[in-house]
Amino acid sequence: MNETAHPNSFRNQPDERGHFGQFGGRYVSETLMPLILELEKEYVKAKSDPAFKEEFEDLLANYVGRPSPLYYAERLTEELRKGASEGMGAQVWFKRDELNHTGAHKINNCVGQILLAIRMGKTRIIAETGAGQHGVATATVAARFGLPCVVYMGAKDVERQQPNVFRMRLLGAEVKAVKAGAATLKDAMNEALRDWVANVHDTFYIIGTAAGPHPYPELVRDFQSVIGKEAREQLLERTGRLPDLLVAAIGGGSNAIGLFHPFLDDPDVKMLGVEAAGHGLDKDHAASLAGGSPGVLHGNKTYLLQDEDGQIVEGHSISAGLDYPGIGPEHSWLKETGRVEYTSATDKEALDAFQLLCRTEGIIPALEPSHAIAAVVKVAREMPRDAVICANLCGRGDKDIFTVADALGVEL
Amino acid sequence: MSRLAKAFGKPHPALVCFVTAGDGPTDAVLDALVEGGADVIELGMPFTDPMADGPAIQLANLRALGKGTTTAEVFRIASTFRERHPEVPLVLMGYANPMIHRGADWFADQCAKSGVDGVICVDTPPEEDAELGPFLRDAGVATIRLATPTTDAARLPQVLETATGFLYYVSVAGITGLQQAATASIEEAVSRLKAGTDLPVAVGFGVRTPEQAGAIAKVADGVVVGSALVELVGQHGDDAPAKVRELTAALAHAVHSAKETAA
Ligand SMILES: Cc1ncc(COP(=O)(O)O)c(C=O)c1O
Repeated sequence: MNETAHPNSFRNQPDERGHFGQFGGRYVSETLMPLILELEKEYVKAKSDPAFKEEFEDLLANYVGRPSPLYYAERLTEELRKGASEGMGAQVWFKRDELNHTGAHKINNCVGQILLAIRMGKTRIIAETGAGQHGVATATVAARFGLPCVVYMGAKDVERQQPNVFRMRLLGAEVKAVKAGAATLKDAMNEALRDWVANVHDTFYIIGTAAGPHPYPELVRDFQSVIGKEAREQLLERTGRLPDLLVAAIGGGSNAIGLFHPFLDDPDVKMLGVEAAGHGLDKDHAASLAGGSPGVLHGNKTYLLQDEDGQIVEGHSISAGLDYPGIGPEHSWLKETGRVEYTSATDKEALDAFQLLCRTEGIIPALEPSHAIAAVVKVAREMPRDAVICANLCGRGDKDIFTVADALGVEL
Repeated sequence: MSRLAKAFGKPHPALVCFVTAGDGPTDAVLDALVEGGADVIELGMPFTDPMADGPAIQLANLRALGKGTTTAEVFRIASTFRERHPEVPLVLMGYANPMIHRGADWFADQCAKSGVDGVICVDTPPEEDAELGPFLRDAGVATIRLATPTTDAARLPQVLETATGFLYYVSVAGITGLQQAATASIEEAVSRLKAGTDLPVAVGFGVRTPEQAGAIAKVADGVVVGSALVELVGQHGDDAPAKVRELTAALAHAVHSAKETAA
């Protein structure tokens, strides 16, 4: 248990052993343990090194294209007000991380981690990927720094995300299709861990979400927190106050924690994380908080989809990036403390929200943030007109047009 | 004296044999291991996500789960083994989640009731010992720790602090079943470990043949063989016990006589 937490702050997790309350930790094999400890030490040093900060910020500004804009979605707001009662229908704002280089928030974290890899003298990069967005972002920074890169991707995801597979190859990465298990993200992560354990001497594992053994959940959160820091400043400047509600989609939880974390100690800011409900919470889904229970997988203790023997159950979501049976440990803790509320959106609701945003705002979102937009659609109508919602538009939909066409019965 | 202490107290090095519970005719395979001369049995608890295992044991896990092997079945296998073989130590090896799912106290209690002598939890390092270790040790079940080539001198005392039963030296940084380490580096590592503990040291990962097993047995208290046996179970299914007995006998001969021929 976590005796060191100050009950008056939600921003001082994890404790020195990497625990967020009962969650998190370092559940890895002994071979990896020394490396994890070294990474932690190096990260602590990097955090207080102005040169590291400067290089990170320079790359975010000039390579990634930050700060990403904060955008008031006027027509979407108006559209949602149509179904609302008198005086209701909150303003919807988007944090536009889909405009980043490579098209999603994933690159923020990859820039931070590759700088750590270089500090540690590692010469080879590995990563896991589901939708391929993190794989593309990792291949991108590996190319930028001239390091060889291997990306593990479930064979099923290789099939359904061909454009991203080709992108990674263009960027010089080797994409290894993982046939084990259900051949999706979870299996790709297993395979990346197997590679790492055999190559600890020269290899850095760039994990793509705020999960895995400590210090990954912390460092991924810190690198992604640029989203929330910018949003906080931009909202204060544009609306003169803090938002009433933040909304973000949750796969492993990195874009969500990146947006939420800088606001966690602002008690008037409510937060809503949106998991993938797939075909429905009573059917196949990927909502670990709604439909799972605490357990240990991939180096951390967190909510997992699992059966009565603790065997991991496959997730399902139309969005390959949300199709993961776990969630970052900080979200498990934020759920248990009640600081953040979590809900879910089905494949169908996400598809509807996807199309709604296309038509009302001229923005084609990725299927992952479409889940967040689906939740916004539901809650905006129940909030007063002067309320401000800020949702994370964490990825663009180019990669998803084939999946969406397929779901809509359109042949391309 | 515990069954593990007796097994490692024999006048020759111990042969430790791993197979996955629920893969093939497990009861008969375990009997074949004992008949072939195995001194310690490691019974793998199948898990959907065996992150530290190579292809052979991954497939065995999936075969076992595919047949519907439950945690209850693992304990049935263990307790019936204990009835048939009152003296042969049996340890469970696996991953944290199935072990803690119903509560570590429940798991420790089941181990004790089923005659399980020790547990190797691959993904629970000393840092997370509190999750499982105290419950097992309180129930009289050994917590067998892994040491690896990356476990340096500064870290070793922490590994040893909660180690009981024996110490399992993973001779290569990697997953099960693939590479093999040079005997010279193993000898050096084992003597480093033995300087810090009185526990017996068994060496595994990548040991496949009687020749390799014999060479390692010269410098260690025990040798662990897993993937080579698991592959036989995968290939021969219901006919596996005879093949397993044959390989185990050859391994046992090499391991048991290693120190005589060295002298
Ligand atoms: C655009 C986008 N959003 C969200 C996610 C889900 O990850 P996370 O919850 O870590 O943000 C992904 C993962 O691939 C993604 O590509």
